[in-house]
Formats: sequence, C-alpha cells, structure tokens
Amino acid sequence: MPEPYSERVMDHFKNPRNVGEIENPDGVGKIGNPVCGDIMEMYIKVKDNVIVDAKFKTFGCGAAIATSSMITEMVKGKTIEDALKISNKAVAEALGGLPPVKMHCSVLGEDALKSAINDYLIKKTGKGLPGWKPRSEEGHHGKH
Amino acid sequence: MKKIYMDYAATTPTHPDVLAAMQPYFCEKFGNPSSVHSFGRETRAAVENARKQVADLIGAKLKEIVFTSSGTEANNFAIEGIAFANEKVGNHIITSKIEHHAILEPCEFLESKGFKITYLPVDKYGLVDPKEVERAITDKTILVSIMQANNEIGTIEPIEEISKVIKEAASKLGHKVYFHTDAVQTVGQIEVNVDKLGVDLLSMSAHKFYGPKGVGALYIRSGTRIVPFIRGGAQENHRRASTENVVGIVGMGVAAELASKELDSREKELIRLRDKLIKGLLAKIPQTSLNGHPTKRLPKNVNISVKYIEGESMLLNLDFEGIAASTGSACTSGSLEPSHVLMALGLSHEGAHGSIRFSLGRLNTEEDVEKVLEVFPKIVEKLRSMSPLYKGKEEA
Ligand SMILES: Cc1ncc(COP(=O)(O)O)c(C=O)c1O
Ligand code: FES
Repeated sequence: MPEPYSERVMDHFKNPRNVGEIENPDGVGKIGNPVCGDIMEMYIKVKDNVIVDAKFKTFGCGAAIATSSMITEMVKGKTIEDALKISNKAVAEALGGLPPVKMHCSVLGEDALKSAINDYLIKKTGKGLPGWKPRSEEGHHGKH
Repeated sequence: MKKIYMDYAATTPTHPDVLAAMQPYFCEKFGNPSSVHSFGRETRAAVENARKQVADLIGAKLKEIVFTSSGTEANNFAIEGIAFANEKVGNHIITSKIEHHAILEPCEFLESKGFKITYLPVDKYGLVDPKEVERAITDKTILVSIMQANNEIGTIEPIEEISKVIKEAASKLGHKVYFHTDAVQTVGQIEVNVDKLGVDLLSMSAHKFYGPKGVGALYIRSGTRIVPFIRGGAQENHRRASTENVVGIVGMGVAAELASKELDSREKELIRLRDKLIKGLLAKIPQTSLNGHPTKRLPKNVNISVKYIEGESMLLNLDFEGIAASTGSACTSGSLEPSHVLMALGLSHEGAHGSIRFSLGRLNTEEDVEKVLEVFPKIVEKLRSMSPLYKGKEEA
C-alpha cells in the first residue's frame, strides 16, 4: 500500500503554482517516464543568467504534479548554476518528503528542469549541459 | 460535507443486522466449536447454521461449503488444492489474463513447481471466449479457473458456456477437468447458482456483500479431489484446519441470507444508478470511454477512461470533495504499473493510467450520482488544463 502524502505535497497538488506555458520561452524541457508513462513539460524564461519565470504542464500522479509545482517555485530567481544544483532529493525534502514508491516522480521534476536548462544553453551557446542525460530514462525502478 | 462512498467493489460496510447477529459471539457465546461441552455445541450450531445460509444462497449442499479466512484464501486453496491433488492426472491449468492477483500469483507459484499455465486473452470488453477455452484444453488439463465477474471493469464472463465446453472436452479425454470460478464480486450481488453455472469450485468473500472482513468460503462440489491449503486440524471436515472464526462466519451467514432476500431490489436499483452515472459521465465529459461490457456488467460497476489525465490525480481530487472512488484495483495501487486488466483489453498505457472506477452499493442515492456528475467534470477540466497532452477543447 502506498504511504499517504505529506501536507505540503497535498497543498501543492491541490493548488499547484505556475501551471501553464510561457510564450516565447528561453528553454523548454519535455520528459517522459517510461515506467509509469507520466509526462512533464517545463518552460523557463531567463534574463541575465537568472531564471525569472518557470511554468509547467504535467500528466501524472499527485507526486508528479506537486513536484512540478515545487520545483518551479524553487528555481525562480536562481542563476542557471544554482538552479542546476537543485536535486530531486531537495525538491522532495521541500515537499516534506515523498513515499518511497513516489521518489521517481521527483526525478522526473529534476529531469524536466535540467532538460529546459539544456535547451536554453543549446539555444544560447550552441552547447548543452556536458554529458547530461535524463535520469528517469535509466529505468532505475520497477514494480514495487 | 456529506461523504460519498463509491468504492463498494473494494469493500462494503457491514450491514447493521449482520453486526447485531455477530455481537453475542464475542463475549457470551464464545465456545470453541470443536469442544464437546455446551459452550462448544452452541457455537458449532451457529457455524452450521451459517453454512446453511451460505449454501442456500448459491444452491449448494451443506457439506460443500468450507469457510476460509478470505476470498484470497479460497482462491489459493482452489488453485493449489486441485493442482496438488490431481498432479498425477496432469499438470496443465487454464485461466485468464484478467484474473485477480489472488488467482494469478498462485498460478505463477505453480509454474515454478513444474505446472504449465495457459493465460487466455480477452476481447476488448474483457470477455473470455469459450472457444478459446476449448482450444486450450489438452490431455494434461486438470483445472480451468475463470472469474465470474471482473473486479475492475465489471464484465460478467460466460461461465455456463465455458462449463459446457469443459464438460464435453473432459468426456472425450476420459478424465475430470475441474472448473473453478472466483465469484468474489458476484455472490450476494447477482444471482449465483453453482448447478446453473456448472462449476466445481467457487470462491466467495463476505466483505463484498455487507458481511465482515476476513471471512470467506470455498464451494467444493461433492466428489472433488482436493488437498487442504491450511493443515493442522480436523475442522471443516478435514479440509481447512484452525479454530473457526465463529464471529465472522455467523456474520457471513446473515449477510448471505439478507442478500438472497434483497437481491432483486438491490440489483435493479444499482443498475438504474449505474446507467445514470455512465450516461452522465460520457455525455458531460468529452473524450471519455467506458471500460468493460455495456450490458454484461456488474450492477455496481462504472469504469471509464478519461483521456489526457491520470488516475491518481482524479482520485485525490474526488477525495477533496468527499467522494471515494478507485483506480482499478486498490490492491495494486502501491504499484506503478498500469492495471493488467485494462492492458489486457488492449488499452494504451495512457488509457489504462487514466481510468477511474466508481462502484455503487446499498447506501448510494440518486443525489450521490448527481453530485459526482456535478463535481467530476470540473475535476477533469482542471487536470486537463494542466496536462501537456491536452491541446484544448477545439480538438475534441
Ligand atoms: C475478484 C476478486 N477476487 C478475490 C478478492 C480477494 O478477496 P478478499 O479481500 O476476501 O481476500 C477480491 C477482492 O479484493 C476480488 O475482487
Ligand atoms: S507515478 Fe509516474 S510520475 Fe508519479
């Protein structure tokens, strides 16, 4: 049986922040989870190396939606370098923890953000994040 | 806020009359039914009375009913008990891809012990084709197990036809091919008669028809070769050891009696509410589809796929409104895999993930259905507006 979600997860799920798309975004990330089939899209607006806006769209479970909401809150105002330091664990912690079977949903969030930054860097410098590839596509979890 | 429970396929509230009948068996009438003294004789009589109530509900004889701890145990008992008692005759078992895990996992276990299992496919409505059963039978086949109705999508299987096919094949083979059905979702809810169905074994569970949790029964036709699943005592005619769960068994008996009295009226009312809910949901929400068969369907079951959104997020939003539903089977909600039942119907990963089941029962009213029809379309709209797969109404 799955563990119940924390209050903060429920809050972000019930009232998700930053839902939607950004017109003319500076970076877009699209990530799908091959196991559960969930999909996340992230849009970022960058000014002087700082992420000034972030929005998302998610097809997924409660944890996936809460993670998207939380991570878009966390990146706003951060430099690209600092945004890249946000790990899925940090997002999960900010949400007051996630049930173990739902940790991979936070990986989806981290991946979507990195994918958006990668897209931004490619557009800007012609080169993406060195050696980066989505963790959620490694298939590091199975049936629980 | 009035809470609305629409998850009767997961479990039902114990009927007040059932509870009242159980109560004396905790403190006053507590004897062990195997004891010879008056305390024991009193509870022995109660257990035998319950056996009669359960037997009457399904048209069985008294000695053909063995009480178990659950539907799950009844299923394990049937599959493994028949397999190990008849392995000299053959090692082949036929079942379907949409069975409950309480059938599938014992079958997988038997595979590891050298048995061969055929998992029959189903059509897009979830129906098993009796012809496929016929084709699958070999001279090694000892058991066929097909559920009477599926817990997730509510499809009612053609058990009588399958029974005929098995009997014909068995007479040609010259050995018995046992036929078991998991009737956990049907007993006490639609008419179930073991002779009409033509089954040798049938599993039931009290908590699905307003009895208590943790008690079930296996019907075993006279003359069936079966070995016990639980060993260690002579109870239940040497078929199921352990001191009887007297309280639970009494409850199951009364629930069975109530069900046989109220079956027709419960069924009619549920079908009316079910069809209103299905029609309303499909009409109010674009790009939804019904899972399961439109008419060969449990009176309580509504299962739909809602395109572009995911089941758990629907469930949580309904819960905020006090409405309890389910995505597929509650037992698998700890897993991330889409429902094996919906996948067997040929649904896409997304379609399977975007499914929701409302299952109705005794205490649901017209207003409950109306409330769901009012609330759920808004939830779908909210979730679709967040979905990267949904490109807006114009495409609908
Ligand atoms: C079809 C089916 N078989 C078996 C079971 C298991 O029954 P129980 O909960 O009594 O173990 C259930 C319900 O969970 C069911 O729906
Ligand atoms: S279960 Fe797939 S993202 Fe949560």
